[in-house]
Amino acid sequence: MSQNLTDVAWNGLWKQNAGLVQMLGMCPILAVSTSIVNGVSLGLATALVMAASNGVSSALRNYIPYEIRIPVFILIIAALVTMLDLAMNAWMHPIYLVLGIYIPLIVTNCLVLARVEAFAAKNGVLASTVDGAAMGIGLALLLGVLGGIREFFGNGALFNGIELVIPGTHAIQILSGDYPGFLFAILPPGAFITLACLIAAKNWAQARKSSSVRVEALGCAPGAH
Amino acid sequence: MSDPLNKPPSLLGLSVSNAVMMTIFTLAFTALMAGTYLATKTTIAASAETEKLRLINEVLDPASYDNALLQDALQLGPTPELGLDNGGHIWRARKAGQPVAVVMEAVAPDGYAGKISLVLAIAADGKIGGVRVTEYRETPGLGDYIDPKKDKNKTAPWIEQFRGKSPASLPLEKWKVQKDGGDITYRTGATISPRAVTNAVARAVQYAQDKRETLFR
Repeated sequence: MSQNLTDVAWNGLWKQNAGLVQMLGMCPILAVSTSIVNGVSLGLATALVMAASNGVSSALRNYIPYEIRIPVFILIIAALVTMLDLAMNAWMHPIYLVLGIYIPLIVTNCLVLARVEAFAAKNGVLASTVDGAAMGIGLALLLGVLGGIREFFGNGALFNGIELVIPGTHAIQILSGDYPGFLFAILPPGAFITLACLIAAKNWAQARKSSSVRVEALGCAPGAH
Repeated sequence: MSDPLNKPPSLLGLSVSNAVMMTIFTLAFTALMAGTYLATKTTIAASAETEKLRLINEVLDPASYDNALLQDALQLGPTPELGLDNGGHIWRARKAGQPVAVVMEAVAPDGYAGKISLVLAIAADGKIGGVRVTEYRETPGLGDYIDPKKDKNKTAPWIEQFRGKSPASLPLEKWKVQKDGGDITYRTGATISPRAVTNAVARAVQYAQDKRETLFR
């Protein structure tokens, strides 16, 4: 039953990427990916909650009666999110000011419950924690890429708002200062279209890889003709 | 007689045991949350206070007063003149006991995407110390230049034009965006957000003028 941890991690980061393949958690993906900083910060907060909720649910899985597992899982997730919300408010206040309104949204992110139910309820604590963290980091990477594309086209700059997270740094203006901005990229439709392009790109990369494997396979067996 | 160990649990027994488990889990996780709340309570209250003071310092020069501003608060009930449906605060700044300014909360109810919350300081001579938006949902990149953090013009942010204005220097009927025949500039593309802020500031100035006796005491 125990799975190879590398496989688990690779599944979360790429093969079963939460946003690109499972298409779970669309609400934060579309709402928060307006910049790299926002996206990655929420992604990392989600990863933290997912690692913790997967770990805790997995540790308690033998004590949770099957019939009431969903309410108990939701209870675990909600409690962890509340604790993270309070802890960030107290000890990471600058980041909390940026992410504050999004953290309670993690509760409603179906990805968290999906991984608890699909993975943590059936696997060991370590594998479950790795799965949660990898799924979350995979989401954070996607949110970062999505945010980068959207703020590049929207404002002509990258890392907008970084000074709120790391004081003393500032956004990198890529296009000239009089770039008029492309509002569409910042608004929700821009998120839908950019995400669609990324999904298409991933599918294309995968299709190309599997077709080249097929060609190699054919090439290896010329005698078959 | 069947072996009691192999007897399938009755529906009632299952319901009761599940209810007991659910109660145990609920109590345990509620205790965890309560513990975290207690551990973070004082830090959160302190940082909320610093945050508020930082904002107030942006609209009112901290050197201009010497009292514990946040402690000298007037608690307002619902005040439609300021757009405060659920009440708000007015803080009084004093220097050597003399009132020098008030810091007021106000709400513009008619933003492009709902309410815009403001904080502004008005000095005893009627001059505006500064205005800041604290909560809003205006369109990013379009109407959000009312927030100097989002304003592309960093040297002269839009909202800074209120600083130093008073009903004496600009008659109250001119406290409107230029499109409405007033004197306040706005930028092409977004009129609704600056109009909402401007009108709310004008109402607050009017309010401070009307309630002068109680506010600067």
